[in-house]
Amino acid sequence: MELRKSYFADQRKDDLHEIGQPRPRSDSPGHVTGKTTYFADRNFPGMLHLKMVRSPHHHARIRSIDTSEAEKHPGVVKVLTAKDVPHNVYTILILIQIGPEDETVLADGKVRWKGEAVVAVLAETERAAQEAAAKVKVDYEVLPAVFDMDEALKPGAPIVNEYHGRNYYLYDSGECRKVRFGDVEAGFAEADHVLEQAYQSSPIEHAPTETTGCIVAPEGNDRFTCYTNTQAMFFTLDNASIILQMPGNKLHFVGGTVGGGFGGKVDVIVEPIAILGAKLTGRPVCFIYSREEEMQISSPRAAETVVIKDGVMNDGRIVARKVTGHTDAGAYSRHSPYGAQKGAGHYPGPYTIPNVWIDTYCVYTNRTPSSAMRGFGVTIGDFALEVQMDKLARLIGMDPLEFRFLNAYRDGDMKAHRQPTEGAALIECMQEASRAANWPVAEQFMAISSYAKGA
Amino acid sequence: MAKVPVQFTLNGAEKAEFIDSGTTLLHALRDKIGDTSPKGGCHQGTCGACSVIIDGELRLSCLTLAEACNGATIITTSGLSERGVLHPLQRAFLDAFATQCGFCTPGMIMAAKVLLDHTPNPSREDVVEALSGNICRCTGYEPIIQAVLTAARSNSQNAA
Ligand code: FES
Ligand code: FES
Repeated sequence: MELRKSYFADQRKDDLHEIGQPRPRSDSPGHVTGKTTYFADRNFPGMLHLKMVRSPHHHARIRSIDTSEAEKHPGVVKVLTAKDVPHNVYTILILIQIGPEDETVLADGKVRWKGEAVVAVLAETERAAQEAAAKVKVDYEVLPAVFDMDEALKPGAPIVNEYHGRNYYLYDSGECRKVRFGDVEAGFAEADHVLEQAYQSSPIEHAPTETTGCIVAPEGNDRFTCYTNTQAMFFTLDNASIILQMPGNKLHFVGGTVGGGFGGKVDVIVEPIAILGAKLTGRPVCFIYSREEEMQISSPRAAETVVIKDGVMNDGRIVARKVTGHTDAGAYSRHSPYGAQKGAGHYPGPYTIPNVWIDTYCVYTNRTPSSAMRGFGVTIGDFALEVQMDKLARLIGMDPLEFRFLNAYRDGDMKAHRQPTEGAALIECMQEASRAANWPVAEQFMAISSYAKGA
Repeated sequence: MAKVPVQFTLNGAEKAEFIDSGTTLLHALRDKIGDTSPKGGCHQGTCGACSVIIDGELRLSCLTLAEACNGATIITTSGLSERGVLHPLQRAFLDAFATQCGFCTPGMIMAAKVLLDHTPNPSREDVVEALSGNICRCTGYEPIIQAVLTAARSNSQNAA
């Protein structure tokens, strides 16, 4: 690939040695020889295996839990329930002051999604743990569940999560994240055409080849080493410290080698309970998701709905854009309030539009809690926005790439969320794309740059 | 549980272990013998990460009982390089950026080795077919296919 010297010529250094040069990855020699050490490639004498008893219901009250048969099962060493977890109700973003704590490590009195962890069984072998888990008796009273965001927001819908008390996340801005810029209604009134379209997506599973898990080994001095494939090392350490009410210096996290993550390994799910198991038994503990758990239990990308209403002029200028986005968090927050908020900042897209109105909601349903995945909060939004851009171009009979050039943001433009545009390179990317794809655009668009207009 | 003896050749070395009857070869290799190059991605025969070569044939070690391997000759990816010199497939995977997280790589290399052992000059279709039981979630497969074709070419050049 060639880097064109004409782009940003006055800002560039041309003594770069690495760009455009293939360099061997430092981790590949380990991968091709089978020597790379993933967390599960460790084995400790006396290691216990942890299996989770999970809710078979989408929404239910727990009347009672009877672990007596499971405890008698040969090979079982310990059975854990909610009362064993020092700080059982948590939320991972509390580290950046995004509360309230709304999720249980082990279910206490209620389950809010099918697959929720209820009881943890630790045994000498995986098989014994599995068999004992099947002997745990949980008496449930099934409650009405809600699976659809529109249904969840209707008055009288079953409340999914009492820690919120309503089926949406309450931001400091109210029921949704809001961006207001210019006068969107005046923009629609002035527009030659108005186009409103709805887009929606389903949850998406990351499906990493290595399933989520960790191995915890007691160091014999009240300190625990946790070998994990988390993508969020310090985040996990700090949350484990809160959940276990243990100072961080008692927790030694080892990781960084991840057999595929894609965002699916940033929640704090396996480590705290495995550390607790190691603490209460004094033995090493392995908790690794089965393939079924990886597909059904680990957080997917959130389902989203996006409604975009645009006002456009016959000459191609977009004069107004109104977006309403809904993110399905499932039963618990995890990273979704943040994802929905990212959407609010992102939704105008890389285009300069004088009148913008955005509302994004984070909604609770009795579905599997969703969380991070590759650009979460903006990926589905980008899909919707760019399909919308094509539709708008077609509506006014303009070439779709030229339509984007005309509306592209450039340095100095004020974005709807009041950040001035700096360091934009959209125009240059599109110029290169136009050449690479052999999709010619009018000469005037090949002559402009992302630098401030008129400069 | 009664233990059963198993004995086989692993990457040229004799191995003997007492195992629980019903233990998979994947479990025996990883947790008993300490060869962790075969990976457990599903433990149900769907991902190919646990692929090994038993008596010249590609096998899923998660679906193979260790006790059925008595007397067998087993090869895993950890046994491919000789005295620090990479096997042509390992070299090609390295050069072609055919690894990202690397979790599928040992299994992929096993599947590719069996292909090249049987079909030294494979077509692209042969490669795709041979790797069809191995899932890679990271690379999008194309660099892996290219790596296998490159390794085949370098083998035939060396032979010529
Ligand atoms: S672990 Fe054997 S095929 Fe997946
Ligand atoms: S490199 Fe990650 S699964 Fe193939």
